[in-house]
Amino acid sequence: MSYLMNSSEILQTIRMIDQQHLDVRTVTMGISLLDCAADTTARCAEKVYDKICRMAERLVPECKMIEQEYGIPIVNKRVSVTPVSLVTASCAEEDFSPIALAMDRAADAVGINFIGGFSALAQKGFTESDRKLVLSIPEALAATKLVCSSVNVGSTRAGINMDAVLLCGKIIRETAEKSDMGCAKLVIFCNAVEDNPFMAGAFHGVGEPECVINVGVSGPGVVAEALKSCRGERIDVVAETIKRTAFKITRMGQLVAQEASRRLGVPFGVVDLSLAPTPAIGDSVAEILELIGLERCGTHGTTAALALLNDAVKKGGVMASSHVGGLSGAFIPVSEDAGMIRAAGEGVLTLDKLEAMTCVCSVGLDMIAVPGDTTAETLSAIIADEAAIGMINNKTTAVRLIPAIGKKVGDRVDFGGLLGSAPVMPVHGESAAEFVSRGGRIPAPLHSLRN
Amino acid sequence: MKKAIVSVFARDARGITAYVTALLADRDINILDISQTLMQEYFAMIMLVDLEACPLPFHELSNWLKEQGEKRALDIHIQREDIFEAMHRI
Repeated sequence: MSYLMNSSEILQTIRMIDQQHLDVRTVTMGISLLDCAADTTARCAEKVYDKICRMAERLVPECKMIEQEYGIPIVNKRVSVTPVSLVTASCAEEDFSPIALAMDRAADAVGINFIGGFSALAQKGFTESDRKLVLSIPEALAATKLVCSSVNVGSTRAGINMDAVLLCGKIIRETAEKSDMGCAKLVIFCNAVEDNPFMAGAFHGVGEPECVINVGVSGPGVVAEALKSCRGERIDVVAETIKRTAFKITRMGQLVAQEASRRLGVPFGVVDLSLAPTPAIGDSVAEILELIGLERCGTHGTTAALALLNDAVKKGGVMASSHVGGLSGAFIPVSEDAGMIRAAGEGVLTLDKLEAMTCVCSVGLDMIAVPGDTTAETLSAIIADEAAIGMINNKTTAVRLIPAIGKKVGDRVDFGGLLGSAPVMPVHGESAAEFVSRGGRIPAPLHSLRN
Repeated sequence: MKKAIVSVFARDARGITAYVTALLADRDINILDISQTLMQEYFAMIMLVDLEACPLPFHELSNWLKEQGEKRALDIHIQREDIFEAMHRI
């Protein structure tokens, strides 16, 4: 079928790309490493390096061709791999960071900008390999540039592994002490998904094929622009406008996903329907919430406005793609969103409000700088709260907190690039140490019994 | 037929259409449809073109048009038509 030229539609698309930051946020190739198991980390690392280089060799050049032919920027080209603790189960050594180093070298060799999957799935308990991997995270993230790590500590089906929650609080602190950027590459999940293309939480689940292409779309700026024409309208009109815009954004993502899949000869997995902000002005989820009618993101009404936004994005996007998956929802990473940074800096947006917002949107407490003296137990308690929201509500939740070593509330932390900058936000001073130190498992909720 | 959309944006001046269509003819590109408008003093032209006879690979053509455009302060883009079809048609 041929396109009948319609100038206003063409101009609209060009304006979306040129002025409203419309882009494909990421094309992520998922690669299974299950065949890279070996007796030693050295041998395993060698196999991991070879396999990633072999499978992802053409990813970046093909994506660049697509960018040029369609005139649509593909901001990130990335790789996700099988959770490494599954691959290293036979390795005798305690330290698994050599695998992370191999992943980092492979990522550099193929020219991608992040590789995810230095991960463990420990929602019900640790295998020896899971435990060793989690203990290797601080060193692995300090010694690498491009490796991202995640730990799944709970699920609706399994409950919450409080031993893992406790350990992850310590690991976050240790990671922060070892490197400035490490914590920006570490996510603690509940109900982690197997086909998420977004970092830092991407990994290639065991139910996935050998190799797959997943695409994450974006476009907060496009939604914001569309909402400028809705001033004074009823809220139904707002929801409808977001749906229509999300449909267009997602169709573009679907086209890019199919094209990347065809050129690389790798099956297409999913399009992740997400609104992923960047620190650029006009590319902010907070700005959308403010256009819906809030004086400042974080004030009363924010949760309701975000719920509407999140739902409308999914409704618009789902018809535009043949397979939808991943995290699919609006992201609210504080440091990566100019509007959130402003609201947090003014003290309007607080950690408690952000926690409430995570009940109705994609993922969770994301890219939030907390004071450098925040204890490991407090970090664990924050993780437990988020995991509980995910477990009870059958959704993915995550925590990506950055203890800003040597800094206090009101100071600023700069991560650079897409990771942005964040004001250090206050946490509650009262201790939850007794609670998180109990260990054990929070039992799975009643509604996990669905059969 | 290999179709693409060429878009040209610039401050209005005499001879833009002539200049751009000559570039296209020079690379054996056939124009199927053309539309131009003025938005205040800003010139916007959109063309549906056929690249079947064009000897250049797409990325080289894209770079060449961009370079030639810059000589006259024109912003010239070429994109495969599928993206517009995907975004605006069900």
